[in-house]
Amino acid sequence: MARVLLFGPLRDLAGWRERDVDAASVSALRSLLAGEDAALGEALGGPGVQVAVDQALVRGDLALSARSEVAFLPPMSGG
Amino acid sequence: MSVRLTEEPFDPGALLSDFTRGRSETGAIATFTGIARAERGRTAVLELEAYPGFTEAEIGKMADQARERFGLHDLMILHRVGEIGPGEPIVFVATAAGHRRAAFEACDFLMDYLKSRAPFWKKEHGPDGERWIEPTAQDHADRERWR
Repeated sequence: MARVLLFGPLRDLAGWRERDVDAASVSALRSLLAGEDAALGEALGGPGVQVAVDQALVRGDLALSARSEVAFLPPMSGG
Repeated sequence: MSVRLTEEPFDPGALLSDFTRGRSETGAIATFTGIARAERGRTAVLELEAYPGFTEAEIGKMADQARERFGLHDLMILHRVGEIGPGEPIVFVATAAGHRRAAFEACDFLMDYLKSRAPFWKKEHGPDGERWIEPTAQDHADRERWR
């Protein structure tokens, strides 16, 4: 079970902010979320959306453990 | 050096007094206070979202860069998150250096970063509904000055 966090417009689009999802990798997680909600799946792969695993930005795929925290970060707005 | 987020309103004057206390080699302290604008009634509430832990760490990296680049003695960044009303301070930056130029420039540098690239997501709530805000072209241009 990875903990998934959505921020900014992604949170509004999905209608949730935080969920536990059973996925063994970032790519598996993306497929699972896209399968449930196609619009969200597309948005997660949209321009400028970054992924952080355990608070570190990652590119490409990464294996997830039961305690991983995966955050999808849309383009940052500054303060 | 301190980088913090807060959901509570803060008093910039009190922060400056604390930051100034007990320094004998610092010749200059520059501060910046950003205030939430009403935008002529368009913005009733500004909602600012951060990723706790990640946001402070990313701002901290830039603070380290500023400290090195401008030879700062110390710096402080306090940023509001959550719901912020018009007229309320939203960000406070203080920089301490031996001389004024470094303090001014470091403060300017940090604000250009905070306004354009820092990990926040900002939503405006007004009479016409709500909308997510992106950095302006001016924010990006300001940031480019430091390359």
